[in-house]
Amino acid sequence: MTHLGYLIAGWGLPSLVILLYAVRLLKRGVRLSARVPSEHARWMSSPKQNGG
Amino acid sequence: MTDSITTSSRGSKILGITSIVSFVVLVLLAFFVTDPDIRIHPETGEEFGQFDAVRLLYLHVPMAVVTYLAFVICAIASAGYLVKRTFWWDSMAHAAGEVGTLTCALVLITGSIWGRPVWNTWWEWGDVRLMSTLILFLLFLGYLALRGAFVSPQSAARPAAVVALIAVLDIPLINRSVEWWENRTLHQKSTLSELKIEDLTLFTLMLGILVSLLVMTWLILHRFRVAWLEHIEFEQGVRTAIEERRQIDHKDQ
Repeated sequence: MTHLGYLIAGWGLPSLVILLYAVRLLKRGVRLSARVPSEHARWMSSPKQNGG
Repeated sequence: MTDSITTSSRGSKILGITSIVSFVVLVLLAFFVTDPDIRIHPETGEEFGQFDAVRLLYLHVPMAVVTYLAFVICAIASAGYLVKRTFWWDSMAHAAGEVGTLTCALVLITGSIWGRPVWNTWWEWGDVRLMSTLILFLLFLGYLALRGAFVSPQSAARPAAVVALIAVLDIPLINRSVEWWENRTLHQKSTLSELKIEDLTLFTLMLGILVSLLVMTWLILHRFRVAWLEHIEFEQGVRTAIEERRQIDHKDQ
């Protein structure tokens, strides 16, 4: 395969950045959810059903 | 799976798993099923083309498409906020603006990485599409900076909405730039609209767009929920501060 370095950088970097951003979002969500009453989180039917 | 309370819901989990599985399929197709771009020169018989570098097409172009879409959602939500003045619209604009800025940065980076082996340059300052995309990125970076400059999300919402509505006007300029200034760009004309690509390449590109749409939807959904919770937390903080102040005033009297 030609241009392997470019392919690894071109696919790897965006994948890694998006993965890190998604993990950061989830962590912020967990932290904020603990501080805010669950009735304000309309996407949850109940904390147990919501899972993790 | 844990029992902790998060911004996840049943739907977002299904969306997330679907995104991951379809991304794996995309990688397999892009790297192991589709052919490299190798053409034969009719006179010399020498091989030319992008070779395996063409596999960056399946990520770069879909990310550009979802970047446009995220910014259009941001602009629509901003207009919605200016009309309705509700926090839902502002949260959606913020979420789409942030995700769009991230993907826009990745479009510039992947384009630069792709450009080096194909055009023999990382960046071309005279290229209208590159420059107009860079301007779009800087405009939305400014949009996010503006939001961050205000303590209260409510104070930031109106000026941010106006900036988003102005910034999004750059998108048609980017889209048409390769035709309006075709002598001032290294980019080819629209790959999709002219359908110059073969079946499997087209299928993989479409799958790439679908995967990018799924990922963008998941990110915007979770970013929206984070913004929503931040707003609730801010309001709680304000109410608590007012209550504490009242109690202090009451004691002083």
